[in-house]
Amino acid sequence: MVRLQDLQQINRFEWEIPKSYREDMRVAVRIFATRQLLEEIKDDKSLEQATNAATLPGLVGRVVVMPDVHQGYGFPIGGVAATRLPHGVISPGAIGYDINCGVRLLASQIEFEAVKKDLSDLADSLNRLCPSGVGKKGHLRLKIGELEKVCKDGSRWTLQHGYATEADLRRTEEKGRLVGADPTKISKRAKERGRPQLGTLGAGNHFIEVDVVDQIFHQDAAQVMGLIEGNLVVMIHCGSRGFGHQICTDYVREFQAAVKRYSIQLPDRELVCAPLDSPEGQAYLGAMRCAANYAFANRQVLAHFARQAFEETLAGKVPHWHLHQVYDIAHNMGKIETHEVDGKLTEVCVHRKGATRAFGPGFQGLPQEYRSIGQPVLVPGSMGTASWVLVGTPESMKRSFGSTCHGAGRTMSRRKAKKTVWGEDLRKELQAQGIHIRAGSMAGLAEEAPQAYKDVDAVVETVAGAGIARKVARLRPVAVIKG
Amino acid sequence: MQPQSLSGYRELPHTADWELEVWAPDLATLFEQAARGMYHLCEAILVSHPRITRGIELIIIEPEILLIDFLTELIFLTESEGLAFDEFNLKFESNRFIADVTGAKLESLSKEIKAVTYHNINIRETGSELKANIVFDV
Repeated sequence: MVRLQDLQQINRFEWEIPKSYREDMRVAVRIFATRQLLEEIKDDKSLEQATNAATLPGLVGRVVVMPDVHQGYGFPIGGVAATRLPHGVISPGAIGYDINCGVRLLASQIEFEAVKKDLSDLADSLNRLCPSGVGKKGHLRLKIGELEKVCKDGSRWTLQHGYATEADLRRTEEKGRLVGADPTKISKRAKERGRPQLGTLGAGNHFIEVDVVDQIFHQDAAQVMGLIEGNLVVMIHCGSRGFGHQICTDYVREFQAAVKRYSIQLPDRELVCAPLDSPEGQAYLGAMRCAANYAFANRQVLAHFARQAFEETLAGKVPHWHLHQVYDIAHNMGKIETHEVDGKLTEVCVHRKGATRAFGPGFQGLPQEYRSIGQPVLVPGSMGTASWVLVGTPESMKRSFGSTCHGAGRTMSRRKAKKTVWGEDLRKELQAQGIHIRAGSMAGLAEEAPQAYKDVDAVVETVAGAGIARKVARLRPVAVIKG
Repeated sequence: MQPQSLSGYRELPHTADWELEVWAPDLATLFEQAARGMYHLCEAILVSHPRITRGIELIIIEPEILLIDFLTELIFLTESEGLAFDEFNLKFESNRFIADVTGAKLESLSKEIKAVTYHNINIRETGSELKANIVFDV
């Protein structure tokens, strides 16, 4: 167990576990946290898992830990690690089972006060049109050939089938399509699981949330994004569903043998990996990109049905009921990117697991209108608490491989949450606060209670204080749809 | 203090996911308890009729990988056919694992398991029993 005395304090917001902490560490671990958050972090195995991650072959710079970090299974949730091309490794477990789990934000010109009385109906429509919950299938039934097109084309497929606009694609990370997706590297079983699930939310911590823009901190950026104080926005949080889960399962299993072939010693079998330039590494990269593209398409189809719910509920009641896309960003992903390492521009594979890409101003891959403000970062909260819109900064490029936090981060086990919180009581409590809840399971709702999470405001203040993101707007939930 | 039964499972604290400790006198019972524990965590409730049997056949590479493969097969049957099982007939034959699992359609299932992980997976002998810890991504 890593103790506080093992850490070196760098400044108010940064701490380091030196490489000398353990013989098998290849790089140091840099933690972005205040002392108060660190006290919470040290209570689970997050830091031990971060030191384990620091043993991956080919790492450059440092393993980075975000303030919303919590214990995962191998690699901590809230971790970033970059490996050098071509011989550094790629680790499926360092990306996670829910490949391209991410967040989409849609904004509106609808004033909250004007539709307050319609929110319950809106929550019902969203709940009906956007399938959520355990084992729920979507409105679409893809044949294998069509699924393979989704794998290759991602959000572009949804545009061709009437679920998206060009503007949506432009405001999606990588325009909703990672190049290099290879459906031949996916198992038949993954395809079977993926066919009925496109356009579904799933369960667990995934949700669709209607928020009010509560406070604006960066007026110029908010204006460019179309965020207006007092107006409604919609946040969609989900990933690649059973399709991504199966792809990760398949490759974590296959890599159990690969690590032996490449004589890679690791402290945890969930960290198994293969060199990026090996046939195994290339196969996983091609398969992972399929899941990433599926997830982009999944959130796009859900956005289509969210728009339909708004139209169904609010058309004629307000002058403009359209939802425009602010951005869509992944927080479980492996990406080939160029970063400055030891003063040189270096091609690396950045593993982000529970961490959001946060590229600063000037990045060419951003839509023209965002190049001067930096990439939007979407940070969901925990039902009863705020969610945030941030932007990436030049500092995030220098200090965290262009990454920042991804949410509030759990602090209480699901078991304890269920023992502490009664789902129906929580629903009533949130309703009394003006938050309309639609949940598939009251036990599931209790597990996701706000008190099971860290204070998202404290997490955001930490990344803002450290300079690895800048605050744009704070959002307040008024309706939450959970699986 | 109640004596621990010869086989069983219990949930251990985990911040974000689920961890089960499973124990049994032999490997087949250990696998059965792991499956029962997994269904317990998901709060799986079966309809009473009709009873449905499925066969699972896997290659044995090592016990830990086999345990994960077996549970992954069960997750797939839950997701693809809406089935869960409460009777297990498990056989280990040289390099083959053969399972006949009997159960029914799900009446309800509260939670979805994304995957069975390899995190700290280790089937170990402690005295006269086998023990394993399994972490599920949820």
